[in-house]
Amino acid sequence: MQKKENQEVENRPDNTAFTQQRLPAWQPILSAGIVIPLFVLVGLAFIGIGVALFVTSRNLHVLEVWKNNLLWLNMALYVFFSPQGPVFFYYGLTNYFQNQRAYGVSKDYNQLSGDLDYFTFFFSIVPDSTCKPYRYDVNNKPIVPCGSLANSMFNDTFNLYQMKNGVKEEVPLDGKGISWWTDYNIKYRNPSVNPLRNAFNGTVKPLYWSKPAYELDPTDTANNGFINQDFLVWMRRSALPNFRKLYRRITDGLPAGNYSLEISYNYPVIAFDGKKKVAFSNVSWMGGKNEFLGIAYLVIGSLCLVMSVVMLIIYAKFKFPEED
Amino acid sequence: MPWMSPLARIRDALAGQRARDKDLRNLVSNLPYEGLDKWKQPNRHFRNNGIKTTKYSVLFFIPMNLFEQFHRLANLYFVGLAILNFVPVVQAFEPEVALIPICVILALTAIKDAWEDFRRYKSDKKLNRLPCFVYSSKEKCFVEKRWKDVRVGDFVKVESNDIVPADLLLLYTSDPNGVCHIETANLDGETNLKQRRAVPGVCITVSNTDILLIIHAVIRTGCLGFSHPDLVLKQHLVYLKGGCTVRNTGYAVGFVVYAGHETKAMLNNNGPRYKRSRLERRLNIDVIFCILLLFTMCIIGSLGHYLWLESMPSVPLYLVPQTDGHLDTPSLSSFYKFFSMIILLQVLIPISLYVSIELVKIGQIYFITNDLDLYDEETDATIQCKALNITEDLGQIQYIFSDKTGTLTENKMVFRRCSIMGREYPHKENECVRRALKMYIYKIKILMFTKSLPPNQQETEVILDQKLLRQIRGTEKIDAYQDFFLALAICNTVVVSMATAKRLRSNPLDTLSSLVRRAGSWTRLRAPITSETSANDLTTQGQSVNQTGGQTCSLHVPPQGTAPAVPAGKLCYEAESPDEAALVHTAKAYGFVLMSRTPDSVTVQLPSGAQLRFEVLDTLSFDSNRKRMSVLVRHPISKQCILYTKGADYAIMELLETPYGEKQQKAIASDTQQHLDCYAKEGLRTLCIAKKVLCDGEYESWAVQRQHALAAMDNREQLIMDSAVQIETNLCLLGATGVEDRLQDSVPDTVMTLREAGIQVWVLTGDKPETAVNIGYACRLLEQDDLVINMSCKSKVRSLISNSQRKFPLYPEVRRYSEDPRNVDTTPDISLVIDGRTLTMLMSPDLRDRFVDLARHCRSVLCCRVTPLQKSEVVKLIREKLKVMTLAVGDGANDVNMIQAADIGVGISGQEGMQAVMASDFAISRFKHLKKLLLVHGHWCYSRLANMIIYFFYKNAANVNLLFWYQFFCGFTANAMIDHWLMIFFNLLFTSVPPIMFGIMDKDVSAEMLLGLPELYRTGQGKGEYSFFTFWISMLDAFYQSLVAFFIPYFTYRGSDIDIYAFGTPLNTISLFTILLHLSIEIKAWTIVHVFIILGSVTLYFIVTLAYGVRYLNYSGYWTLQAQMVDPMFYLVCLISTVIALLPRYLFHVLKNSITCSPIVEARHLDTLEPSTRDQWIKEWRSFRGRVQDKTSDVSASPPSELKPTQSSSELNIRLGLVLFCHI
Repeated sequence: MQKKENQEVENRPDNTAFTQQRLPAWQPILSAGIVIPLFVLVGLAFIGIGVALFVTSRNLHVLEVWKNNLLWLNMALYVFFSPQGPVFFYYGLTNYFQNQRAYGVSKDYNQLSGDLDYFTFFFSIVPDSTCKPYRYDVNNKPIVPCGSLANSMFNDTFNLYQMKNGVKEEVPLDGKGISWWTDYNIKYRNPSVNPLRNAFNGTVKPLYWSKPAYELDPTDTANNGFINQDFLVWMRRSALPNFRKLYRRITDGLPAGNYSLEISYNYPVIAFDGKKKVAFSNVSWMGGKNEFLGIAYLVIGSLCLVMSVVMLIIYAKFKFPEED
Repeated sequence: MPWMSPLARIRDALAGQRARDKDLRNLVSNLPYEGLDKWKQPNRHFRNNGIKTTKYSVLFFIPMNLFEQFHRLANLYFVGLAILNFVPVVQAFEPEVALIPICVILALTAIKDAWEDFRRYKSDKKLNRLPCFVYSSKEKCFVEKRWKDVRVGDFVKVESNDIVPADLLLLYTSDPNGVCHIETANLDGETNLKQRRAVPGVCITVSNTDILLIIHAVIRTGCLGFSHPDLVLKQHLVYLKGGCTVRNTGYAVGFVVYAGHETKAMLNNNGPRYKRSRLERRLNIDVIFCILLLFTMCIIGSLGHYLWLESMPSVPLYLVPQTDGHLDTPSLSSFYKFFSMIILLQVLIPISLYVSIELVKIGQIYFITNDLDLYDEETDATIQCKALNITEDLGQIQYIFSDKTGTLTENKMVFRRCSIMGREYPHKENECVRRALKMYIYKIKILMFTKSLPPNQQETEVILDQKLLRQIRGTEKIDAYQDFFLALAICNTVVVSMATAKRLRSNPLDTLSSLVRRAGSWTRLRAPITSETSANDLTTQGQSVNQTGGQTCSLHVPPQGTAPAVPAGKLCYEAESPDEAALVHTAKAYGFVLMSRTPDSVTVQLPSGAQLRFEVLDTLSFDSNRKRMSVLVRHPISKQCILYTKGADYAIMELLETPYGEKQQKAIASDTQQHLDCYAKEGLRTLCIAKKVLCDGEYESWAVQRQHALAAMDNREQLIMDSAVQIETNLCLLGATGVEDRLQDSVPDTVMTLREAGIQVWVLTGDKPETAVNIGYACRLLEQDDLVINMSCKSKVRSLISNSQRKFPLYPEVRRYSEDPRNVDTTPDISLVIDGRTLTMLMSPDLRDRFVDLARHCRSVLCCRVTPLQKSEVVKLIREKLKVMTLAVGDGANDVNMIQAADIGVGISGQEGMQAVMASDFAISRFKHLKKLLLVHGHWCYSRLANMIIYFFYKNAANVNLLFWYQFFCGFTANAMIDHWLMIFFNLLFTSVPPIMFGIMDKDVSAEMLLGLPELYRTGQGKGEYSFFTFWISMLDAFYQSLVAFFIPYFTYRGSDIDIYAFGTPLNTISLFTILLHLSIEIKAWTIVHVFIILGSVTLYFIVTLAYGVRYLNYSGYWTLQAQMVDPMFYLVCLISTVIALLPRYLFHVLKNSITCSPIVEARHLDTLEPSTRDQWIKEWRSFRGRVQDKTSDVSASPPSELKPTQSSSELNIRLGLVLFCHI
C-alpha cells in the first residue's frame, strides 16, 4: 500500500520555490518618484568629479610646437611656464596609422624576446612570415629585428638647449623610464650574448635604419638592442592616427625662459601627408592636460540635476493613482 | 562462417533485396534449420528483431554529426567565414581564433545530439534485452530468448500481460475460442481491449493442450504465404502488432512475420514534430535586416578604405606591401577589405542567438512541466510539452477551438433518464443520491487529505427508477422493455474482463517519444505483474473452463437453477466510449447483465437469472457518417434475426419504419422526440435505440452482399458502409436514453477568464445543437444576455445556396447592429450557433469570406454536429483568413485533425485514449489547466523570449559597432582594438549567460496578477512586445550606446600616447558594463540567481582578462588591464561613458512607467503591494467590472433573462430562414 501511494505521485513536480518560480524577488519599478534622489546624487557626484578634473587639468601645462616647415632644424622656443615636477618631452605625428593590422603583426616576438633561433635563416620558417616583406634582404639574409613595425621606427633626434644670457646650455634629457615597465623588464629581451653585436652575426639591420639594433645606444648596455627604450616606445603601437610618443623626461623641470631645440630631421612624413610636432607637458594623477573629461562630467552632472527637477514635475503631475 | 565466393555473396545479397522488396512474403519456419549457420537460414534476408533507433555509431559520430550539422545554413555561413579567414589577403583575425565560435557552436550541438542519441541507445538496449519465449525444436519447448534474437520465421509465445515482441501471425491462443485479447495502448493509446482470433484453419486441427502440434502442422504444410499489404492481412489472417499487450488470455502463440524495423509500430514511429513559432518567423526577417546592415557597414568600410588609400600622396612607411614587395591597387585592396570587414563584424548576425533560443526554450519547458498547478493528482500526470519550440506562441493565442465532450466535460457518462416506448422515466432519485454521494466523497477527501477513492465508483452506480423497475419485474415475456435493455446490453463493443484480472495500466502521458514510452511502461509493468501472473492465469483458466461449459448448452436456455459462473459484481467492462459503458452499466443495474462477449456470441444474464447466449451474426461498427452502430444477432430461443441499432437521434428517426395506420408507432416516435428535445435542453447526450427483426431470407441475401463488401479490394470502406446503410432501414423505435456528461472542474471560470483575456472561444462538437447550446450556457460560453444567432437549414437548400452568387445578407445587419454607436453599451454580445450542414454551406468559396467576417463580430461561436474534417477546416479557415494565432484543444481521435491544423494543438488525456495527446504539442489533463498555461506561462514565455531576442540583437550590435567606429580611425583596415581572444570570450563567456537567464527566469508580472487580471494577456496578442518598432528602437539604442562607448574614450585619449590595447580595454569594459546594466534595467524581477549571474559575469570578465594579460607574453595586450586598473582615468572614463550610454533608455523606462499607464505597468505597481491588499484590489476591481456588466443589461431593459436569448435568436432565426428559403 505504501508503495502504491508512492507510485501514484511519482510524477508530481517538486514543490520548491525555484521550480514553482516563486523565488523571493525584488521588483524595482523605474518611475519618476524613485529616480529623483538618484539623479540628484549622481548629478552632485559628477559635478564634484568634474570640478576636480577641471581644476587639475587647468593646473597642467602643455607646449606644442608643430614642425610643418622642413627647414626648421633649429627652433627657438619660449617657455613661459615653470611647472612643478618633471616635464615630459613628446614627439608627435599626425595621419600616421600605426593601428593597422598588417602593420601591427609584422614582427617576430621570438626575435624580440631574445631567442637566437629566430635570428637566422632557417628554411623560411624563421623569422616569422608575418614580417614579410621585411624579412630577408636582397641577399636573403635575415633582417633583425624583422618586420614593418620595427623597420619604420621614428629616428629624429632632439637636443634641447636653454638660452641663458645668450649662452646655450644643454638641458639634460632622461631617456630612462619612458617605456612600459613590463616591456622593458619582461617582454623584450636581448639575446644573452656578450658582446651583443655577436648575436647579430649573419643578420642585417632593417632597411630604413641607419644603424643596427646593437648600436641604438652604444653608451648604455641596459638601453641597447631590443630594450632600447626609444625602440620600445615605438613598438607600442598607438591607438589613433594622431598621436604623440614620449621622447624624454626632463626630471628637473623646465623653468620659464628661452630655449633652443635642435632637430636632426630624418623621418619622412610627406608620403602620408603627415605632420610632426614636439610637445612639453607636465603630468598629474590624471595624466596629461585633458579638459574634455572634466567638462563632460560637469555637463552630465548638471544634466542630471535638471532631470531631477523634470522628474519632480512629472512626479507631481502623473503620480500613480492608487485610489482607483 | 564457411568460405563463399564474393560473387555468391553479392548474388545472395541481391536475392535478399528482392525478397524484401516484394509485396508477397514467402516465409518458411526456422525450426527445421535450427542450429545451421547463417548462410543456410531461409529467412536470412529479413531483418531480425533487434532495433536500432540511434542515428550515430561511436566510431563515426564526429563525421556523421558534422555532416548533419552542415545541413544548416547558419553553420555553413560560419564555416565559410572561418575559411575566408585563412585567406591571407582578407584575414582579419588570427585564423585559429576565427574557428572558435563555429567550433563552440558545433561542439554544443554535437554534445546535445550525442546525449539524445545515447538516450535512444539506452532505450533500444532495454528493448532488445527484454525476454520472450521462442520455440526451439531441439529443446522441444519454448526457451527464453531476448527480443533482439527473435527472427522472422520463429514461433513466439506471448503470455498474458506481456508485450508482443514483433508482428506476429496469431496461430493459437490458450482460449478455447481461439480468441486473444489485446490492448494497443502502447501503439495508438486506445485502452479498451480488442479481440483477435487465431487463424481458424490451424486452430481447429490441434488439440487444446498440445500446442506443439500446431507448430508441426505448420511445418508440414510448408510455407505460409500471404501478400504484404495490410488490407489483405486483416481480412484473412489476424496478426498481433508488435508493441501491443496481451490481456485476459493465458498465452498466445504466433509466427513472426515482420520483425524489428519492419514492424508496423516502428514504421509508424515518426520523430517529434517541428513547428516554427510566429516569433521565430519574425525573428528571421530581422536577421535579414541584420545581414543588410552588415553589408551596408562593410560597403562603407570598403569605400572608406579606398578613399583612405587614394588620399595618400605616395606610399608611406606604415603601409605594408605584399610579400613580393608591391602594393595592391586601392580598388583591389578595398575589395579584399570588404570580406575582412564581414569577418570582423560577423557577430552582428546573431548566430549564437539560435543556440541561446533553444537553451531558453528548454528552460521554459522545464518550468512549465514542473508547475504544480498543471499537475493532476487523480491521474498523476503533469503537463507534457511535445513541441519544444513553440512555447512563446502560447502567449499570443487569439482563437481557441475546443471540443466539447471530454474537453469541457468530464467524459464520464452518467445515465440520467430514459424514454421507453414513449414513456419517460426521469430517474429523479439518481440525481439526489449522486449529489449526496459527491458531498460525502468530498468530505472524506477533506478528512483524509487523499484522493485515492476509485474514480469510477460514483459513475457506474445507477440508482434505479422504481416505476421502471416495476415495469420490468411485472412481466416475464419479451416485450419492448426487455428489448430495450437487451439492446443496451448487446448493441455495443464492450469487452468483459474480470475484475480480479484488473489491468495495471501504465500511464502513457509521461514520456515523450513513443519508443521511450514503450520502454518505460514495460519496465514499470513487469515488476508488479510477475507476482500476480500465476494467480491471474488460474482465474482466467477457470473462467474459460466455465465458459466452455456454458457453450456446450448455449443453444437453449440454461436451467434456472444454474448459478452464474462469476458473480456479476466482479465483471469489468472495457468500453471504447464512456457512453457505451454507461449504458451497459445501466442495463446491468436493471438486471440485464452482459456476461461475456466473443466475436461470435454475446451472453446476457436476464433479471430472472437465466443466461441467454446470442449468436452474433454481424457487427456494423460506428462511423461518423452514419452516426450509428448496429449489432445483428440471432435470438437463442426464437431463432429470429434481430438487428439492434443505437445512434444519434436524427440518424435513427429518419430510418424508422412508417407502417400505415399504425398510430401507436407514430405517437411513440413523436413522444420520444419530445423527450429527446427535453433531454437535449438539459444538456444530456441523447441516443436512440431501435430494433428490427429480419426474416431469414432477407438476412441471407444481405449476408452475401456483406461478404462481398468485406472481401473487396478497392473502395472497401465505402462498400462496407453501403451494406450497413442497406440493412439499417425500417427500424422500430424502442426508446431513447439521456446520458449526462458533467462539466469538468472550473470550466465556466476558465472560459470566462480566457474570454476576458481577449481570446475568442469556439466550441466544435458533434452533439446536437440543443445539447451544445445548453452546455454553452453552462460553461458560460453563451451568456443570458447574448444575442444568439442560430443558423440551421435543411440540406436541400444547400446546393441552391452555394450555387447562387447572392450575398449573404445577414452580415451587414450584424455589423450595423454592433457598430452603431448608440448600441455600444446596450449591445449584448453576439454568439453564433451553427450546425454541421449550414457550416458546410458557409465554408463554400463564395460564402466563406462573409462567414469569417460575421464570425469575427461574434463573441463566441458554437458549431454543432460537425465532422472531424470540418473541425480542421474551420480552424484552417480562421487561421488563414484572419491571420490569427489559433489553439485547438481536444481529447479524442476526432479532434486530431483540428489539433494538427491549429498553430498550437493541445491534447487532453482523458477517457478516450491517447490519439489526441499523441498528435498534440502540449498535453494536459484538465481543461482548467489551459488557464494557467496560457495566461501565465504563455505570457511569461512570450514576453521573456521576445525581450531576450531584442536584447540579443541589441547586445551584438552594441558590441560590434565599437569595432565599426574604430575603422574610421584605422584607415578601414579591419583591425580591432581589442584582442581577438577577448573579443571571442566577450560573446562566449562574459555576456552569454545573462540573456539566457533573462529569457528563462524573468517575470514581468506575478502569476497571481496574470490570473487575476486576464486582460494582461492581450499585450502578447497580435504584434505584442516583439515588433518591427521595438527591434529598430533597440538597434538605434545599440548604435547610440556604441557611439558613446567609443567616442567618450576617444575624446579623452585623443592626441595622447595611448596604445591600441590600452585604448581598447576601457572600450571593452564600458561595453560590458553598458550591456549588463542595460539588461539590469530590463530585468523586471531580481532574484538571487539574477544577482549571482550578473555579478558573476562581471567578475569573470575581470578575472579572465587579468589572467590573460599575465599569462601570454606574446599577447599584444600584455599587462594592459593591470596597467589601466591602476590609472584613475580608466575608472572615470568607464563611469561617465556607462552613465551617458544608459541615460536615454533609463529615462525612457522612467517616463514610460510614470506617464503612460499600460496595463502591464499598472499590474507591476499592484504587484509591489502586499499580497492581501493586492487580492483585495483584484476582487474589488472584478466586482466593479461585474457591476458594469449588470448595468448594461439593465439599460437594455431586457425582459427576464431566460426569455431573451430565445427571443432574439428566434427573431434572427426567422430572418435567416427567410433569406435562405427565398432562394429555393
